[in-house]
Parts: sequence; structure tokens; C-alpha cells
Amino acid sequence: MADGERFNMVAAEAKVLVRDLNVYYGDKQALFDIELDIGKHQVTSLIGPSGCGKSTFLRCLNRMNDVIDGCRMEGSIKVDGDEVLDASIDPVQLRRRVGMVFQKPNPFPKSIYDNIAYGPRIHGLVSNQDELDELVQSSLERAALWDEVKDRLHQPGTGLSGGQQQRLCIARAIAVRPDVILMDEPCSALDPIATARVEELIEELKKAYSIVIVTHSMQQAARISQRTAFFHLGLLVEVGVTEQIFTAPRDERTQGYITGRFG
Amino acid sequence: MTEPSFEKIAGPGAAMANSKGLMPDREAALVRRRYRAEARFKALGVAAIVCAISMLFLLVGSIISTGWSAFYQYEIALDIKFDKAEIDLTNPRNANYGGLVKSALSAQFPEVSGRTNKRTLYGLVSSGADYQAMEVVLDDPSVVGNTRRVWVLASDDIDSLLKGFIDRSLPEADRRVKNKELVWIDRLKTDGRVRWSMNTVFWKSGDSREPELAGFWGAIVGSFFTLLVTLALSFPVGVLAAVYLEEFAPKNRWTDFIEVNINNLAAVPSIVFGLLGLAVFLNFFGLPRSAPLVGGIVLSLMTLPTIIIASRAALKAVPPSIREAALGVGASKHQVVTHHVLPLAMPGILTGTIIGMAQALGETAPLLMIGMVAFIVNVPGGVTDPSTVMPVQIYLWADSPERAFVARTSAGIMALLGFLILMNALAVILRKRFERRW
Repeated sequence: MADGERFNMVAAEAKVLVRDLNVYYGDKQALFDIELDIGKHQVTSLIGPSGCGKSTFLRCLNRMNDVIDGCRMEGSIKVDGDEVLDASIDPVQLRRRVGMVFQKPNPFPKSIYDNIAYGPRIHGLVSNQDELDELVQSSLERAALWDEVKDRLHQPGTGLSGGQQQRLCIARAIAVRPDVILMDEPCSALDPIATARVEELIEELKKAYSIVIVTHSMQQAARISQRTAFFHLGLLVEVGVTEQIFTAPRDERTQGYITGRFG
Repeated sequence: MTEPSFEKIAGPGAAMANSKGLMPDREAALVRRRYRAEARFKALGVAAIVCAISMLFLLVGSIISTGWSAFYQYEIALDIKFDKAEIDLTNPRNANYGGLVKSALSAQFPEVSGRTNKRTLYGLVSSGADYQAMEVVLDDPSVVGNTRRVWVLASDDIDSLLKGFIDRSLPEADRRVKNKELVWIDRLKTDGRVRWSMNTVFWKSGDSREPELAGFWGAIVGSFFTLLVTLALSFPVGVLAAVYLEEFAPKNRWTDFIEVNINNLAAVPSIVFGLLGLAVFLNFFGLPRSAPLVGGIVLSLMTLPTIIIASRAALKAVPPSIREAALGVGASKHQVVTHHVLPLAMPGILTGTIIGMAQALGETAPLLMIGMVAFIVNVPGGVTDPSTVMPVQIYLWADSPERAFVARTSAGIMALLGFLILMNALAVILRKRFERRW
């Protein structure tokens, strides 16, 4: 794979630069020499069979792997030029800049309002109640949820439908004003209609955020992402413009995966 | 019925039979056997439950049937002459009220003569009658110089007789109550000078050597102070230990070692903690003997493992997705625990704590070692006053020879069970009320 393919091939500016990333769980190596750029204001999707390391890669970007015992990361990840793996970086500050949405909707068992307000409160992003109200509203509006919940902001977030809960989680993630949003199979627990709404939302959000999404649905990757990276057995096999990956993959493993021969 | 061997069912013959199709007889037999086995198993389970419930009913029934008579008491009316010459109004507590009660009895039965007879006569009423007479004067000094009818407690033997626990048909030598006493009591009865009333002494006073004056309140207050100390020590220590072990501690050989030891501690016989308390808190630190303070410390040692184990289970039950969600928006580990995990685990932690407290409430053995088994009349006023606790009071009464203490013992057990049921009900309510589902 030539450098030109591996690195940033689109006109967009790179937001995150990953170089020589190796990740180990105890003695087992999960990722091998990953080199990948995440473009600014783009959607980058990560595809590959289960256990190939795409979620591990995603969780490196905001150091969520820190909480796993025995997980070790080596190499370099730079977000806006700041070294993420550096010991001097505070993972808590990093996670404010690099937000995350999980596979299963996981709202806090609190009110809808408090779900959104929690992050801004602990980071001191607002100085008074009016600002907080405004931030909650704008976050919910951006997540296309405001109209559905504006009359019941103080009811528990766990009472919403699955799709609404996932959009609530997205609103919660953007409320702390991150630059990058990581999504770990955000639609795998949703029905097709809710999935379509979340996809529309991602389309909209990419104007302001850099998004990395792990997905098992190749149609979804094709629909929403500008660039696609294919992982297999801990290796980054191929990365490129989404259209090229799905129509003219260079590697036969990619070809095999997208045509459904394995995975 | 002979068991068909495995060969017969699955051997080559079976395979051959199978190849021809079903084996209706053999299969039907197998099905019937399976159903019979299931029915047998169910019947055994039902029998076990019936057995357990009938034991419980037997226990509770016997306690109630012996104990209910302790909740009322018989009283005798005496016309006490509050003699001016006997009572000094500037110091009314110093008068000889015993004498007044005795003269009232003598006036009631003028025909009784002789020292032995008179002593028996005076034994009709409780020795607490003196105090009841004094209370009358303290309440209303204007009574001095007049005669007033006062209801005083009957002595324990007369009380038992009136409650019907003494068989009048027995020969006099085998009876606690003699013939002449029967005559006096029957006369008092026909005069309308005998009545029963609710036993308030039981709920108001401390222990006594006289069953009719012995109360449970001292033990209730003692238990309250002891549990207060236990809760104040074991709840914060237990919860902090559980949070540290569950959320912050690295998983290594040391924490494994600590975990194993906490589990072992939960299984240590409670008397061992009593010995520890005796050696360390009384002998080494010189803390007061028989005090709720030391009792509470010892019981908190015993309750700690229960609280730690329950709290860890409650913390573990909080789904990891909540932790991830909080970490994902940039909460620190400490914030994740205090803002999310601990509040969600709190119902479980409280339930565990209440169950631990209920255990401590019923504990006797370690308290015997630190001197809480003493005979204490006063109701304790603080954690350093000598006191006893409910189960120890029951133990003390069960050891007393007087007939009337048997009923007191059962009444004490009922009170203790009542408190235990109350605490367990609270635990259930907390669990139902605050339990969250994800």
C-alpha cells in the first residue's frame, strides 16, 4: 500500500493523525502498526469482521481503553497536534474534546434535561441557569430531538424509545462541545426507521464535527461516510474514499469482505 | 419396576428398532417415568415448605400463647390513709409508704393476726405498691390527711393466680398460693377490688427482680444506643471499603487476599468478636464495661463484612454502560462513582446495611463477653451508661425462676421479633421503592 493511499487522500484537512499504533491486551496484540488519518468535518467509517480491532481502535482515540486492565497502547495519536497517548494528557480533558456514542443507548437514569446538562456542569462550560437551558436546547435541536421532548424535559431519559435514546446520547455527547465524535455501532440496536433518522443526523453533524463510526452495515458505511477503513485481524488492510473501497477495492481481503465471502 | 439398562435403550437393538420407526411402548414408558420423577420432586418441595411453615407456626404460636398474658396485669384497690403524721410535705419522698400500704391491708382484713399471717397478707400486693402510693402524693399533695382508693399492682403469684395459671384444686403444699390467700383474694374480688389493666410497666421501666415490676424499655433503649454506635461505625467504613475495592483498587494478589479475608470474617463465630472486644476495648483501652459504646463497636466488627459484601454486590450490579456513558462525556473516575454509581447502588447498600443491623440486633454472644449481661435496673441515658440489650434481657429473664418471668420472656421475644420484622420490612420497602431498571 503506497503512502498516498494510506494517508489523507481527500482534500479535507486531517483532524486526527494515527501513526504506528500497536495495542495489546495483556500478552495478546490486538492492533498492529495502524496508520490512519481522520479528516476534519468528514465521516470516516471503520468496517471489518467481529474481533478485527475496529472498536479497540476507536476506543484508543479517547483513551477509553485506559479503564480496561492490562490494555497497553504504543505509537502516536495526535488530535489537532496534541499527543493523545502522552502521559501528560489528561484523559478526562481529552474525552471532552473527543466525545463518544455507544452501541447500546445508555442514557443516565435521570431526566432528559439532566442527561444533557451533566457534561456541561462538570466541565464548567456554563456560568448560569439560562446559559445551561440554552445549551440543553441547542444540543437537543442539533440532535433533532428537541421537538419530540421539549414538553417532557424533566421526565426520565430511560422512558424514551430506543432511537430517541440514542439521539439523546448523541445530544449528550455534543453538549460538551467536542471536536471529534466517536460512534461505536450506534445503530445496531435500532430499527430501520430509527437508523435512518440517526443517519440523517450524522449527515448534518459532519458539518461541524469530525466523526468516526464503527459499523457492521456496509450499506450504512456506503451511505454516510466519505472515507472507509477496512480492518482485518488487527491490521488496517485498506483505507480510501468510500466509493473506491466499495467499487474498486485494491486488496482481495477487502473484496472478499464486501462481497460477503467472509465476515 | 426394573430400570431398563442403557444398552436396552440406546444399544444396537434400539438403533434397529429406530430404523423401523418409533418405539411406542418404550418411549411411552420413558415419558411416564419422567412425569413421575417430576411429580415426586414437586411433592418433596411442597413437603419441605409445609414442614418449614408448620415449624414457624409452632414457634410463633408457642411464643404468643405463653407471652400474651404479660401484656396485662391485675391490680388491687386499697383504701390508703395518707396520714399527716407520717408524711412530711417538705420532703414527701422520705415517708414510710410501705407502712401506709400495710396498714391499709390490715384495715381491709382486721381479723388477720400474727406475724406470719400478716407477712403473707402484705405479700398480696407488689413491693412496687409503696412507689405507687408515693406517686399519688407527689401528683397531688392535697391527698395528705385524707383516705383515697389507690389501685396497686398485685404480686406476681397473685397475678398468676388471677390469670388462671395456678390450679386451685392442687393440695395446698404443692401450691405457691396458700388457702388463706385464696380466701382473701376471693373476698377482694367480691368487693370489686380486683381489676385488670394494660401492662404499661413493661414498656416504661427497666429490669427488676420482681416480675410484675420488670420492664423491657431499658433493653429497648440499650439496643437503640448499641445499634446507633454500630451504624455510625460500620456504615461509612463498610461503604468506603466496598467502593474502594470495587471501583478503585487494582486487581492483584493483595486485593484478592483482602477479599478472601473479608469473606472469611463474615463467617467468624460472633463470640470470637466478643473475646476480641473484651481483650482490646475493655482491658487494653479501658472503655467502660457493660456499655452500648463497646457493644456497638464489637457488633460493628461483626456487621462490617456483611455491609461490605452487600455493598460490593450492589456496586457490581450497576451496569457498566452507565460508567462508560459518564466516562464518555468526560467525567473523572471519582465523578463517575459519586455522581452515578453510588446513587444507583444506594438502595442495595441500604438493604444490606439494614439486614446487617437486624443481625446485630439479635446478637447475644459477643455482648455476654463484654459484660452487657449484668442486671441493670436503670434505663440508660447515653452510650457509656451500663445497659443491656433486648436479646440479652430475654436470656436473663429466661434464666429467672419465677413463674411470671416465663410470660415476660415470651413477651420480650415478641417485642424483639416485632422490631426485626419492622427493620426487614423497611429493607423490602427501600428495595421496591428505589430499585431502578435499565
